[in-house]
Amino acid sequence: MNAPSSFRGLRAEREEEWRRLDALVSLCEKKSPRALSDDDLMALPILYRSALSSLSVARETSLDLELVTYLEHLCARAYFFLYGVRTSPGARLRQFFANDWPAAVRGLGRETLIALALLLVGTIAGYLLVSSQPEYFSAFVPGELANGRDFSASRETLLNSLYSGKEQDGLAVFATYLFTHNAQVAIFCFALGFAFGIPTALLLAYTGAMLGAFLALYGGHGLGLQLGGWLIIHGSTELFAIVLAGAGGLRIGWSVVFPGAASRLAAASVAGRGAATAMVGVVLMLIAAGLLEGFGRQLIVDDAVRYAIGLTMMLLWLVYFYAPRRRRNG
Amino acid sequence: MARTAGLAPRDEAAMRRRLVTPEGVDLGLTLATASQRMTAFMLDAVIMIVVLIAMTLIAVFGLFATGGGGMQIVAITWLLGFFLLRNFYFILMEMGPRAATFGKRVAGLRVVARDGGRLTADAVIARNLMREIEVYLPLSFLGYEAAGDGVDTLTTLLGLGWAGIFLFFPAFNRDRLRIGDLLAGTWVINAPKRSLSFDLMRGTAASGGYQFTEEQLDAYGIYELQTLEQVLRTGDYDSMAAVAITIRDKFGIGEVDSNEAFLNAYYEALRTRLERKLLFGRRRVDKFDR
Repeated sequence: MNAPSSFRGLRAEREEEWRRLDALVSLCEKKSPRALSDDDLMALPILYRSALSSLSVARETSLDLELVTYLEHLCARAYFFLYGVRTSPGARLRQFFANDWPAAVRGLGRETLIALALLLVGTIAGYLLVSSQPEYFSAFVPGELANGRDFSASRETLLNSLYSGKEQDGLAVFATYLFTHNAQVAIFCFALGFAFGIPTALLLAYTGAMLGAFLALYGGHGLGLQLGGWLIIHGSTELFAIVLAGAGGLRIGWSVVFPGAASRLAAASVAGRGAATAMVGVVLMLIAAGLLEGFGRQLIVDDAVRYAIGLTMMLLWLVYFYAPRRRRNG
Repeated sequence: MARTAGLAPRDEAAMRRRLVTPEGVDLGLTLATASQRMTAFMLDAVIMIVVLIAMTLIAVFGLFATGGGGMQIVAITWLLGFFLLRNFYFILMEMGPRAATFGKRVAGLRVVARDGGRLTADAVIARNLMREIEVYLPLSFLGYEAAGDGVDTLTTLLGLGWAGIFLFFPAFNRDRLRIGDLLAGTWVINAPKRSLSFDLMRGTAASGGYQFTEEQLDAYGIYELQTLEQVLRTGDYDSMAAVAITIRDKFGIGEVDSNEAFLNAYYEALRTRLERKLLFGRRRVDKFDR
């Protein structure tokens, strides 16, 4: 039998090129594009297009399953390599701090206000309830967190708890623990947004209620101002971060319930990606809060200084996120 | 040759998705199956647990070595290490050029943006932060139960139900999406590294004396040809014998010297015929395609 020679020829003619492309892509995947010589770098797109055309020809003329599958995989690998825009990690980082992070936070503006409102409503409710009926305190604040700070405690005990640091040795460990714990809670707040945002809203209101309960407890002893200083030095950063995480969760929930013109899936994935960028920022904010809480609060016992630091941090975050900035071209 | 593990060709077709490159060629990606993804995740979990145990051992040795003096450093390193491992193992590996964790690499998988564009950092972060509620939350429920921490049975059952929803979510949608994939606009495809071996159609070795009639060559289509190709490439003696007997019975051909040589000859003859038909625009899918 006399086979038409063109498809047997395809393999004979092009196999060399495919193997070269294969080797180049493998090298890039294993090391980095910098491992390639200039010649190879120039050849890569040409080899890729040639492989694509081989694939088209093979699909139309050849029944060699192995050949077609091989070419499909080779082309896919080369495609993902060539069409993935890679910037250097340094440039990526600069871009994140200069642009992506504040933009992502600004993009969550409406949700941030809602999250803040939820937190405030929780705080006010917690304050009013606990002020009128102290029994509610234990309902809002779990025993291990209260750690003896409840309505049975004396004024002196409460006052001491605001100024006596933990033993100074463990500060760094304490700060690290706080950071990892809070970061996990924040990520959780974000992820739960998927359930239509309801758990996120509850979590925000509950955090507020806990805050309100403490305010009521200390306020009842005339220690409101001192508690404010104790809270604000790290709280301005930490609560801000939690509000942002909540806002991310709410945005996702919102887009699932009200996708607008886009399909539910597409809306959720746009919201999810934007909120994820903000979440990386939230984790960074929580690192700062952990440091402020672990070191700042334990080492600085002057109320005025505590307020000054807390409010300055607040101002810095607000300016960084929301201050108008020049649009970059392109 | 390795097809998608354990899948018949027709199921494989159901897992194929179009991805048209800017050059206008459809790459025809194959989605990863639920079991492949499970395998990959198990491998990653094992790696993470091993690293965690190693970290803990090193921390304990560090404590002994410093006589308790390095307590702070050891504790901080351990806490941060655990945090990074839990949250960033997946994120950092999937941001790399291979877009796959170690487990995914072994299973031959990679993460891809569903729209065919490039996989961005925020998508990788979004899909992996969702693990928090898909994996770690159910795990912590189980942990509470195991510790007998006064969590009642109802809570545990709810927790297990929750875990079940997320665990089996990929099995219940067409694209095998995890909640994280859904949210990030990604999917996981099956993209193992292939190598190209020899062409079965050498045209010299095997046609050894066998002549096939038109009728015999019209008995099968492309599907059967490619199944035969797989049998020949695998080179398993028993399955070659089984296939050869089926074909010989159908054609009424008696004993042959070598089943392999017979099958090779038939493969070449059939492929030549079908490829020629292709040139004339006739693609005969399988033996039922008239």
